[in-house]
Amino acid sequence: MAKQIEIADLDAYYGSHKAIEGITMTIEPRSVTAFIGPSGCGKSTFLRTLNRMHEVIPGARVEGKIMLEDQDLYGSDVDPVSVRRTVGMVFQRPNPFPTMSIFDNVAAGLRLNGRISKSEAEGVVESSLKDANLWNEVKDRLTKPGAGLSGGQQQRLCIARAIAVSPAVLLMDEPCSALDPISTLAIEDLISKLKNDYTIVIVTHNMQQAARVSDRTAFFNLAGQGQPGKLVEMDDTPKIFTNPTQKATEDYITGRFG
Amino acid sequence: MGRSAFRRSRGEGPFRFATTGAGILLLAIMAAIAVFLIVKAVPALQANTSHFLTEKIWTPNATKPVFGIAALAFGTVISSFLALIMALPVAIGVALFISHYAPRRLAGVLGYVIDLLAAVPSVVYGLWGVIFLIPFMKGPSTFLNTYFGWIPLFAGDAVYGKSILTGSIVLAIMILPIIAAISREVFLQAPTMLEEASLALGATRWEMIRMAVLPFGRPGVISAAMLGLGRAMGETIAVALIFPATFTITFQVLSANGNSIAANIANGFGEATPIGQGALIASGLVLFVITLVVNMAARLIISRRKEYSRAAA
Repeated sequence: MAKQIEIADLDAYYGSHKAIEGITMTIEPRSVTAFIGPSGCGKSTFLRTLNRMHEVIPGARVEGKIMLEDQDLYGSDVDPVSVRRTVGMVFQRPNPFPTMSIFDNVAAGLRLNGRISKSEAEGVVESSLKDANLWNEVKDRLTKPGAGLSGGQQQRLCIARAIAVSPAVLLMDEPCSALDPISTLAIEDLISKLKNDYTIVIVTHNMQQAARVSDRTAFFNLAGQGQPGKLVEMDDTPKIFTNPTQKATEDYITGRFG
Repeated sequence: MGRSAFRRSRGEGPFRFATTGAGILLLAIMAAIAVFLIVKAVPALQANTSHFLTEKIWTPNATKPVFGIAALAFGTVISSFLALIMALPVAIGVALFISHYAPRRLAGVLGYVIDLLAAVPSVVYGLWGVIFLIPFMKGPSTFLNTYFGWIPLFAGDAVYGKSILTGSIVLAIMILPIIAAISREVFLQAPTMLEEASLALGATRWEMIRMAVLPFGRPGVISAAMLGLGRAMGETIAVALIFPATFTITFQVLSANGNSIAANIANGFGEATPIGQGALIASGLVLFVITLVVNMAARLIISRRKEYSRAAA
């Protein structure tokens, strides 16, 4: 189920502005890869190119190649809609559908794939909520609106919604930045559990979080304002945080800038 | 010690006085209008020799006045709802096209045209209805009557261009821009984070609209529809030119029967006796009540799902 991603010489643009340049890396399956770097370095932009969400913004486009195992995500015959069904995403702020119940939120993606039976939906909703460590908290109020949950619960609901369609990859764009420390811990535990089944990529501003949850870490940086962001280095997480190759990485993780 | 450090700031008094005064003035004017209308209507209602709420005939100028609101109220409601049924789907489609499908430049131009259409005076639509639509509708009406006559709405022995249906079509065209313009504004405000949530799940654009945009815009669209319905009910000059102006209750919208409260006031006020004027004023009060009920019903629909409408808190 989990799949490897290979990125080769990727550029991403907003109109004529080049946001990231020349990114080449391999993201391993069944592991957590963290993207760190100062604000504006393009790590979120890069994350959004991995499920073709980048091009949703008017004028945004991508050059380069991304292979999900043997499939070219930017091939001319590829439908971005089907890419997004294989590569799930969790956003910075929890965004459950406010008009839907907890149950319907989790089932939302399933229903996109066509009509499914009620019992089938019930099974998937239950297992997804269990996988998201949320089942015990919501099992008695599945028909209540998802927006009534706390922020941390909403974010786990969004994770349940993303994994309900059994994607191969799960992208997380600063999933804890709007949450309190206890909810953050709950999400981090969940990430460690989910990596057994999924390829997980997480963007984070929190370096302790990157150190805690990830197996591999990629550091992004930009030369200056208006310059495109670039991949500085990528390595095993302990190596990046104890003995980085590049001076810029060391300066960043020791808090000298960013 | 001098004056308190927490004293009221000096600008507060006059400003408070001005805003409170404006609020009271508005209420006073409303009350004055209501009192005036009721005072004018009561003598006519007392002179009426029939029951005002159930009588269909409208002859308040006769020496023995007979008049009732039944046929007029019925015509007002049916023509307005027909107009709403025709206008609403088209307006939502136009609004969605502008907000989520059209290229940005085309959307700008279209939005401008819609705003322009909303500003066209109603008499222009009325004249267009008289000169073009009444003769034109003879054909389509005959078609509807021949092939869809089994639907009560299109039944009847004879078909006319000057009918409730023609009036409803003109009303639909009139209220379409206002519904479309408000719906577009509402749809544009659908939160990006919800749209992205559905796209990231693998929704197509239409599925995204169904999951994130329409539920979010629902209260706004209902408000827009009610505004359109209110405008259709109150519309005077365009329908005064088109409605057949008879006092009958029939669902056969292709026949030469039907009228509305506002059209009847416009057509009858000039030659009315004092009693006749009072009768027309009474009919205006009924129109006011109908509009009020429609608005309250809309509010009820919107508030019923309040628990769910805390959009993206």
